[in-house]
Amino acid sequence: MANSLLGALEIAIRTDPGQVRGQNEDSVFADADHGMAILADGMGGYNAGEVASSMATKILASGLEDALQSATADAADGQTGLLCAQRSLVEHIAEANAAIYRAAEEQSRFGGMGTTLVATVFCDNQLIVAHIGDSRLYRLRGEEFVALTHDHSLLQEQIDSGEISREDARYSVNRNLVTRAVGIDPQVEAEVHVHPVRPGDVYLLCSDGLYDMVDDADMQHVLEMSAANLELAATQLIQMANDNGGDDNISVVVVKVLHEFPASRGRWSKLWSWFR
Amino acid sequence: MAKLILSMDGLVLKEIPLLKERMSIGRKAHNDIQIDNMAISGEHAAVVTILSDSFLEDLNSTNGTLVNGQSVKKHFLKDGDVIELGKYKMKYLAVPVAPGESSDYDKSMMFQSGPLPDVARLGGPMAAAVESVPAPASVLPAAAIQLLTGSNAGRELQLTKTLTTLGKPGVQVAVIARRPHGYFLTHVEGNRFPLVNGRSLDAQAHCLQDHDVIELAGVKMEFFLKS
Repeated sequence: MANSLLGALEIAIRTDPGQVRGQNEDSVFADADHGMAILADGMGGYNAGEVASSMATKILASGLEDALQSATADAADGQTGLLCAQRSLVEHIAEANAAIYRAAEEQSRFGGMGTTLVATVFCDNQLIVAHIGDSRLYRLRGEEFVALTHDHSLLQEQIDSGEISREDARYSVNRNLVTRAVGIDPQVEAEVHVHPVRPGDVYLLCSDGLYDMVDDADMQHVLEMSAANLELAATQLIQMANDNGGDDNISVVVVKVLHEFPASRGRWSKLWSWFR
Repeated sequence: MAKLILSMDGLVLKEIPLLKERMSIGRKAHNDIQIDNMAISGEHAAVVTILSDSFLEDLNSTNGTLVNGQSVKKHFLKDGDVIELGKYKMKYLAVPVAPGESSDYDKSMMFQSGPLPDVARLGGPMAAAVESVPAPASVLPAAAIQLLTGSNAGRELQLTKTLTTLGKPGVQVAVIARRPHGYFLTHVEGNRFPLVNGRSLDAQAHCLQDHDVIELAGVKMEFFLKS
């Protein structure tokens, strides 16, 4: 399963403190060979936000890596592989949540720390995304640019209930209140979805430091350029957010799908495809 | 953090957080706040911020500095003061800092449902916080590209968008980014890098100067500023 991913994804990753903040509380991780991308935006006083976001990324990355490696050995077919990945994503988010919550309980300087999280696993021509809070996953497919995640934030709830229009939301003062975060409560529920993936798709994981500063049309324009130059696209996104004020830390993970990555369908199908 | 809102003819151009202890204002490029206009002196004025207090100082500028219509040399800035330099206005906004609050904190905060005493207040009429509006067009002059050769020779392309891509996909592509301090040309794809005034670029962005001639995918074009 892991083998079929080799070379299927190209990933560019950037994180920047922005123009206003003295420290960077965002944390990012990506591994193209395992088809993983993780982004966390920490919160809490002093350096607690940094601690929370890096704990979340590290715990999730190492947990997933082990799980995906062993799933490769065990998985009889793509379906179980996908289920395995999905289950371990949820399990390791729970593990990260418990670890951060415990650390905050035990050490007063970490009190109240937490982090948003968006994590993706690419597996068998599909993408599993789990998210908590207001860090987002976007997809560019052809000319269509959409957010695949729905923020867990007060503002999003107000938009959903019709209290605020999407246009006014830009000017809202409470854009940064999240209703769900990792490490705040003993348990947390991640929102998990599975989406089919096509070659040519471009995926963007980002923190609010990007989408608060750069509008969707500009993000789309930059990602369209990524077909030719992915690294430049990632750099341009950070640059645009900084040029527009860079009020918060800015992080992006851009994932380009180069070709299909079907799971191997067990020994018989391997043999069959060899004969064909 | 306190900030200045730069505007001209009632149009907000830029929001400038007072990040440094001393922020210089002037026409020349080395200033922290550059206003490229002939009515502004090379080194026109400076704002010095100590803790939450800011002072404005006129640096013997040719055309002077006004605060709320009065000419000043040195002035202790108060929330809402309007500084005038030529046709440009800068409104000073002091941001009250709650005790113990630090700007280094992440802006994200946890908002837990449960007791909701604050929702009524938060959900009320949205106060359009100026700080949440990303700065629109800066004082950067408008610019365009005119094609000099090829089948579309003579045609003009306005550089109004944040990014403008040029060239032929799959052959040679470059992008011009419109940034607060200029227009920057960067190579995107192709084996050959674009030429500017006959010289090949490298992977770095190149700040375009008025009347630079760009050669890309076999077409020559001229970059020029519009005044």
